[in-house]
Amino acid sequence: MSQNLIDAFMDMREEDALRIANEMLDRGTDPMEVLEACKQAMEGIGQRFECGDAFVPELIMASEMMGQISAVVKPRIKSEASTEHLGKVLIGTVTGDIHDIGKDIVAFMLDVNGFDVYDLGVDVPVQTFVDKIQELKPNVVGLSGLLTLAFDSMKNTVQAISEAGLRDQVKIMIGGATMDEQVKEYVGADAYGPDAVAAVSLSKQWVGAD
Amino acid sequence: MNQVQETLERWCAADGIEFVSADAEQAYKARARRIADAIQLKVPDRVPIVPSFGMFPAIDNGFTCQEVMFDYGKAQQAWMKTLADFEPDAFRGSSYAFSGPALKALDYKLLKLPGHGVPAETVYQFNESEFVSAEEFYDPFLDDPTDFMLRTYLPIACGALAPLKQLRPIREVFGYYLGTITSVIPFAMPEFAGMLEAVQKAGAEALKWAGHLAQEEQQIAAMGFPNSYGGGSAAPFDLIGDWFRGTRGVMLDMYRHPDKLLAALERLVPISIKMGVDGAKMSGKPVVGLMLHKGPEGFMSLEQFKTFYWPTLRKVMMGIIEEGLVPMPLYEGRYTDRLEIIKDIPRGKALYWFETVDIHKAKKVLGDTVCFRGNVPVSLLYTGSVQRVKNYVKELIDVVGEGGGLMVDCGIWFDEAKHENVKAMVDFTKEYGVY
Repeated sequence: MSQNLIDAFMDMREEDALRIANEMLDRGTDPMEVLEACKQAMEGIGQRFECGDAFVPELIMASEMMGQISAVVKPRIKSEASTEHLGKVLIGTVTGDIHDIGKDIVAFMLDVNGFDVYDLGVDVPVQTFVDKIQELKPNVVGLSGLLTLAFDSMKNTVQAISEAGLRDQVKIMIGGATMDEQVKEYVGADAYGPDAVAAVSLSKQWVGAD
Repeated sequence: MNQVQETLERWCAADGIEFVSADAEQAYKARARRIADAIQLKVPDRVPIVPSFGMFPAIDNGFTCQEVMFDYGKAQQAWMKTLADFEPDAFRGSSYAFSGPALKALDYKLLKLPGHGVPAETVYQFNESEFVSAEEFYDPFLDDPTDFMLRTYLPIACGALAPLKQLRPIREVFGYYLGTITSVIPFAMPEFAGMLEAVQKAGAEALKWAGHLAQEEQQIAAMGFPNSYGGGSAAPFDLIGDWFRGTRGVMLDMYRHPDKLLAALERLVPISIKMGVDGAKMSGKPVVGLMLHKGPEGFMSLEQFKTFYWPTLRKVMMGIIEEGLVPMPLYEGRYTDRLEIIKDIPRGKALYWFETVDIHKAKKVLGDTVCFRGNVPVSLLYTGSVQRVKNYVKELIDVVGEGGGLMVDCGIWFDEAKHENVKAMVDFTKEYGVY
């Protein structure tokens, strides 16, 4: 049954995936097994995305299916076993910019690749990044932005992280449609990632997991 | 002579423009001819330079974006200064700075305006959301697009128009005993009085803004600078994704409601054509812009692009061409892997504006089909050096400009950029781009 669920999930057969998950639960399958199958399917979709065989619609469908199945499964789980994570990534769209599609894709891909992702949302004030780095102690900080105004917001964010004495504790990557290597130099980040796949490989490299 | 040629010739003739001098008239005609030749893949006297100034004129001249959106005089001052500074081959004036007061009066929800939701110094930003659910959208829209726009969409998009949802469907209003009398009852409600007042205020502001733009355009043309931009339209997929269902919604619809999505896309084709053509015909200017958002590499697969995005976009562009006008899609994002698909358009009748693309492949695939506009990266204009800008423009002219078919521009409408870099992009094109 687990394989059927994985297949339906990966083929984007939403109704089948939900039906199979419910049937598994009704037959007394361990809810953790259902969740595990979904996670496996999510990883598979993430791999397809990395290979250029899946795109934004598939990632959105996957997170929709995951959300719906989790909503059914989670009330049946007494205590969720804690899973080992590769590392923590703090991510957000920098102050002044409210675009979130690219950031959400990166967060999704980091999540399915085993990172603990803390998404601060959009238009994130400089100080919030600093405060959250102090609180959560992430390995990696991802700064996202679409507009040219984000160049200076990113620069100011990196500068504030340095001034708070935290620059050595984190690796900083930037991404977004108008970003490139030159913008990376301008803002003082450690790397620029052209897409979500690059964000994952940079993060893995930085936590020593590649 | 085909219809597109006729329109371009009329535009080049510049009839009805009162020029400030014979030199200005000569300069106008040379600039317009340069652009018309480039579009038609004839070799012009030199590569046209047509920078798409977004909020750059405001920022470069010390105004906040809020100031130029709420004070039309300041907008005009900023844009005229930019015109004098750069003397490009075409200039659109300050219409990128929309009327802030009109949008405020409507309580427009889909944009965050500078000083009202985003910082005063920065450009307005789209407030993306799933504005209507699939159930609220597809069947009602397919059944009657105008009724959907009037009673569902406008009340969501504009807070001031919320009372419209109380109206009866207009198509049910026939004779005196068949609805005419009862249909006007909502207008007695106090909220309708408020709505009418707000609409009047928005209308007055929009009229004032349009008056400023008309006067400004006359002045720009009289000084010898043409404007090719006659109207705007969009890809049907983006109309649904941007304005109704949101990116997430429209992407899910490809799986959940593919047939209805395809039907709605088709329904939008004639609407999109007319949207672009009406404005261009009224203004006599040849180009209809289509800012494309959701079709690039990474966003959707080639199969999805071929099924959901391209067919109706192509129909819209063909409809615009059949009306004797030049569609100008701005291919936002990366398009290298879909060049062969978008090549399917009549020769010399469209203008393809690229943000990110392999320029060698673009020239090879599209060089004998459409004129290429772009694609100096905005990151280069902002963080690069004068020399690096020149290097990029040189490569563009060497590769894409060979034998014609190039207009140099930034890859997108640009806001923040270094003055000297924009100057280098313009001046170097004028100097190095001579054929």
